[in-house]
Amino acid sequence: MLAKFDLNDDSVVVIIGTGAGGGVLANELAQKGVKVVALEAGGRYLPEDYLNDEWASFGQLAWTDTRTTSGDWRVAKDFSGLPTWIVKAVGGTTTHWAGASIRFQDHEWKALTNYGKVEGANLLDWPIDGAEMAPWYDKAEEKLGVTRTGNRPGLPGSNNYKVFEKGALALGYTQVHTGRMAIQSSDDTGNRVACQQTGFCFQGCKWGAKWSAAYTDIPEGEATGNLEVRDRSHVAKILHDAAGKVTAVEYFDKDGKLQTQKARIICVAGNTIESPRLLLNSASEKYPNGLANSSDQVGRNYMRHVTGSVYGVFDKPVRMWRGTTMAGIMQDEAHHAPERGFVGGYELETLSLGLPFMAAFLDPGAWGREFTSGLDSYENMAGLWIVGEDLPQENNRVTLSADAKDQFGLPAPNVNYSDHPNDIAMRNHAYARGVAMYEAVGATRAFPTPPYPSTHNLGTNRMSEDPKLGVVNKWGQTHDIANLFISDGSQFTTGAAENPTLTIVALAIRQADHIASEMTAGTI
Amino acid sequence: MKQDQLKGMTRRALLSRSMATWALAVSGAGFIAAPDAAWALEVAVITPDQMATLLQMARDIYPHDKVADQYYAVAVKGYDAEDSKDMVAAGIAELDAAAVAQGHASYLAIGWEKDRVKVLQAVEKGVFFQKVRAGLVTGLYNQKEIWPIFGYEGESFSKGGYIDRGFDDIAWL
Repeated sequence: MLAKFDLNDDSVVVIIGTGAGGGVLANELAQKGVKVVALEAGGRYLPEDYLNDEWASFGQLAWTDTRTTSGDWRVAKDFSGLPTWIVKAVGGTTTHWAGASIRFQDHEWKALTNYGKVEGANLLDWPIDGAEMAPWYDKAEEKLGVTRTGNRPGLPGSNNYKVFEKGALALGYTQVHTGRMAIQSSDDTGNRVACQQTGFCFQGCKWGAKWSAAYTDIPEGEATGNLEVRDRSHVAKILHDAAGKVTAVEYFDKDGKLQTQKARIICVAGNTIESPRLLLNSASEKYPNGLANSSDQVGRNYMRHVTGSVYGVFDKPVRMWRGTTMAGIMQDEAHHAPERGFVGGYELETLSLGLPFMAAFLDPGAWGREFTSGLDSYENMAGLWIVGEDLPQENNRVTLSADAKDQFGLPAPNVNYSDHPNDIAMRNHAYARGVAMYEAVGATRAFPTPPYPSTHNLGTNRMSEDPKLGVVNKWGQTHDIANLFISDGSQFTTGAAENPTLTIVALAIRQADHIASEMTAGTI
Repeated sequence: MKQDQLKGMTRRALLSRSMATWALAVSGAGFIAAPDAAWALEVAVITPDQMATLLQMARDIYPHDKVADQYYAVAVKGYDAEDSKDMVAAGIAELDAAAVAQGHASYLAIGWEKDRVKVLQAVEKGVFFQKVRAGLVTGLYNQKEIWPIFGYEGESFSKGGYIDRGFDDIAWL
């Protein structure tokens, strides 16, 4: 039943990466009868393998290959070798994501038009808009089984949510609920098990209640006989012919042996750090600056959202770790209202960490009683996370390190990021509102906690109408090479205020439709 | 370790004192132990003094009055090893030199936490302090045995999650 394609089969579509972008694209193409080889750097883990223990799970799933960092973001100081908190496994970071699934607001597709030029930012309009994306969002919400869409009820509110909701309502906010979550909320409205309020959403859902490509799209695609997933296969380089079309990928297989897989079409979906890195590492005589990089935009405009957390301490227990991690949202600040002192907006969402990660992330590097007296109140803490639109900047970028190499001897990526003044203004506004929410329900202390290593990584192969301003067109097809596509969050032109997975999935479903019809038409 | 009552004693005098006044004591026989013999930590490579210093450092870096010494001891016992003994010796020498520069006999001889913290602040940029601090983040807080002290319940999958066990039981709000 499982497909097995020959290394010399040049009729296959090769997809690099199996997360929200690549995993969905692989299944969607396989369903349409397209033959697909998906190469995944990580191993296979299913719900029975997931570990509900923060550090052990991190050791099992996290992408910890060599990386370096620079710029003024605090992650570069506190976690210099770990710019991201993402997953290396079949299914990618859909294993780790918390499930928040919200659509872009219409104005966010046209950030340059609606915000105007902002000094120091490299804003651009997407070549698509909300009307174009609406039917694809519909399909994505159905695929993921998003609560509060279709006939799916919202999740019940946990203790952490109840504190969050009461604080938000006390400040006069009205758009407050348990979120649109790709987590099954009842036994009757989907094929997955309903959420058992177990916590540990970040460590892989052991019930399979949360959507993850690892146990939905990947096996569904494999069941068609059209999809072969090769795990522990790390792509080193994309090859091309004299005419400039891509023809094959070189990858290190399970045993560390270099293999070459031929391809008709190649889709890169290795996450926003690895995707541009691969294009840059594939430089050749014909493409000395890397593949698809005539615009010089490959690797640039790295975005990671304006994030941060607020933890409030109360005089009585909250036990925020119990239940769904992120089923709680306040959207009254998500709109664009420059009178607040910044363009774009942000969401506040419930969040909790277990004690081990709280010790690592509450105030990295801090020590002494100011810090430990906070942890002493761990049981009485409530937590929220900020997700806001950060601005693309040309020099926030992924480049190849001059000296650091990964385990295969390939140049490692360096991730450079500095906050734009707009990002800082937004974060400070969000911190103040988050603290006020908790104080409104009696918090005795609050912690404005700095951003963690990035889970939302966006923008380094951005979509543009004008080939001079971006890397891919409105289908995710590279401007320079017709049979090379980008299929992950790196194609985001701007980041919007929303958690990106739903949009990545919607773009992947749409891209599969486009690729299949172009293949049928014989144009690629 | 409660050393407040020992303020003003020299380090040598302190170390030669009976264990009775300590929550934890350095013995001459290659181990440090709790006075009630509830637990003891043998040292094979570094000295008992050095281990006692590491233990005090751990308490001063991440002080939790409800967390007993034995958990801090577990977090630093890995430094009793050939490949870290030189780093420990040099680091503690630097720490004690900083204590002397601030008018104390040694770091361990300082009675008040706030005075020890000042000494630690003098060395906190150094490799030794940073290594000990970073190691404690997992070495201390990832011990499952201390989680209940903070109320943290760890995994709940084996109990069926919290859907029937209080995920929404907050009553005081």
